[in-house]
Amino acid sequence: MAYPFPTEIHRVVDPEGNLVGDPPELSPEQHRKLYYWMVFGRMWSERMVALQRQGRMGTFAPHVGQEAQAGIASPLRQDDWLLGTYRECIAYFVKGLSPLAPMATHRGYFSRGYTRELGLVPLQIVIGNQMLHAVGVAMAMQYEGTDRVAVGVCGDGATSQGDFHEALNFAAVFQAPFIAVVQNNQYAISVPRQRQAAVEYLAYRGPAFGIPGYIVDGNDVLAVHKVVQECVERARAGEGPSLVELLTYRMGAHTTADDPTKYRSDEEVAHWQARDPIKRYRIFLLRQEILSNEEDEALHEQATADLQRCVEEFEAMPPPRPEEIFEHVFETPPPNLLRQRDEILGTP
Amino acid sequence: MTAPVMAQAAPEAAVQMRKTTYIQAVNEALREEMRRDESVFILGEDVAHYGGLFRVTRGLLDEFGPQRVIDTPISEQGFMGMALGAAAVGMRPVVELMYMDFTLVAADQIFNQIAKYHYMTGGLIHLPIVVRGQQGGGKRYGSQHSQCVEGLYAHFPGIRVVVPATPYDAKGLLKSAIRDDNPVVFLEHKMLYFTRGEAPPAEVEYTVPIGLADVKRTGQDLTLVTYGYCLLQALEAADALAARYGIQVEVVDLRTVNPMDTDTIWESVAKTGRLLAVHESYANCGVGAEVVARAYEEAPHLLRAPARRLGMAPVSIPVSKPLEDEILPWKQQIMAAVLEMMRA
Ligand SMILES: Cc1ncc(C[n+]2csc(CCOP(=O)(O)OP(=O)(O)O)c2C)c(N)n1
Repeated sequence: MAYPFPTEIHRVVDPEGNLVGDPPELSPEQHRKLYYWMVFGRMWSERMVALQRQGRMGTFAPHVGQEAQAGIASPLRQDDWLLGTYRECIAYFVKGLSPLAPMATHRGYFSRGYTRELGLVPLQIVIGNQMLHAVGVAMAMQYEGTDRVAVGVCGDGATSQGDFHEALNFAAVFQAPFIAVVQNNQYAISVPRQRQAAVEYLAYRGPAFGIPGYIVDGNDVLAVHKVVQECVERARAGEGPSLVELLTYRMGAHTTADDPTKYRSDEEVAHWQARDPIKRYRIFLLRQEILSNEEDEALHEQATADLQRCVEEFEAMPPPRPEEIFEHVFETPPPNLLRQRDEILGTP
Repeated sequence: MTAPVMAQAAPEAAVQMRKTTYIQAVNEALREEMRRDESVFILGEDVAHYGGLFRVTRGLLDEFGPQRVIDTPISEQGFMGMALGAAAVGMRPVVELMYMDFTLVAADQIFNQIAKYHYMTGGLIHLPIVVRGQQGGGKRYGSQHSQCVEGLYAHFPGIRVVVPATPYDAKGLLKSAIRDDNPVVFLEHKMLYFTRGEAPPAEVEYTVPIGLADVKRTGQDLTLVTYGYCLLQALEAADALAARYGIQVEVVDLRTVNPMDTDTIWESVAKTGRLLAVHESYANCGVGAEVVARAYEEAPHLLRAPARRLGMAPVSIPVSKPLEDEILPWKQQIMAAVLEMMRA
């Protein structure tokens, strides 16, 4: 299969909120759902950072600035699969994950809330791994003869891993129903995008493997939705995988253990501040009269209340039982493990 | 603290010591070796501008420039293979793995290539590579960012494995590692970075030889063999045991896991008759098992009681603080193991 290097940057709404492309077909209900998760997602991320600062939460990777990732999940059906990283919480929420789930992870409940029915596995933290997992899932879907698809999401840094390249190659050779989405937020911790790969756009990787590549304004949720939707439809129809690069920016630190002022300038941050994904979507929704100012306010209040409930539930969550450490090492604990458990926990 | 090796390796007996942190000691060793030898260079993720995730390489970019302090793309297998190539033609790469858990991402290059290259080229090619980084638990980093890998490295021939616990040893051993013509893995611990200890001032030349253990506390009741962060836990446990029960534990700091200085261990066991090996990595098929097995093979006559090992239980490391505390074989578990052996 021969595909040209992509040249167009897909965009539906520009940074000022003007309509500059054909919007995807979404009901007002769907629009409000997308917008809600973006608004909630930002509040949630800020709250997670605050909780971490108070010593009530572990290391956390904020996603402020990358809320248009909601559009990665909105074209998916519940029975499709989504495999992402610590940076993809909002996409996971849109797919159905409870916001309590990533918080529970910090308490030590690693997989609470992630279910087969939701088509989600726990967020990956070893860079690049999930891309191969997603291709495996996609090939299983293909083998089962369903029209379900798998989406793998990674950062720009992850595209340097062999896993990423192997994933694209496998998916192309087997025409797997797989969509690779790269959230290019311009940095991998301190290392800028240009030091990660010498190509101008990471989407160029697609054609090299015989896969179409798309470049998308990653702060434009409607463009994200529209392009991913197109890729999902192709995959469902048995027309193979695609690669989507979202051009976005991580407004905050890499994690709560990072200080981004060490490696990037205020001007650069200001440049991206002006391209805020929530602000532009809000202007669009108001102008299209999909949302009124009053409804916007009510939605913010709703999100605030939902978040508060979430934090309270998290705080009320007891630490896991010590026995749990030993419970899932194997399906059934072998005798030597039980012996060690009894030795350590002092049970008979 | 007795330090026969230190005395032998330190330049002048009268050097005025100063307090320094572990992180500073590692940083100084890198800096001094890079000044000393232009073929030494550093590569890894976020090591240049950022100075490393744990700030170990801070300031080195400014002094040595981007050709010698290199931020790599995220590709452990990739930059490990490149280190092999550079070393094969005369460079001395110091590779940082951000977390030693990512040894496994680069495992093919490390174990199938780097460890065997000298042998498979009939001794023609030397690979003076240092792979260094931090390992271990205590920070709630979970199953894939908290493992200790010295046992894994020590299992394969061809790589020397160094696990220093004090700033003095860290600096002296890293200098030796960089000058060594073998591949050396140098294992730091995230809980050690801000611990302090005595060392000669920066630029006062000394090294600590690879392959020599050091008795860090003397005692006549039991020989406790350990290394790395567990050394600090063992010393605390030993003090508590002495204060509370009058038990005098002799603590042998292996410092190097491969090759292992068993002479120093047997010398101690000859005095105490009891041997306990302690480490944070898994007890299963681990370094402690090796120590105990060698005791029965090489020095069974010295043992007056069954030798034992203490390590991590065979479970994945939890992220939850209470659970992680439960599982780390630190002070409380060490004390319990010693008491049990003394009462037996
Ligand atoms: C195999 C591996 N190497 C290194 C790391 C340490 N690490 C965690 S996040 C990160 C940067 C990832 O950058 P990118 O893929 O661009 O994603 P982003 O964090 O920007 O969303 C690194 C190097 C890791 N988790 N896994």
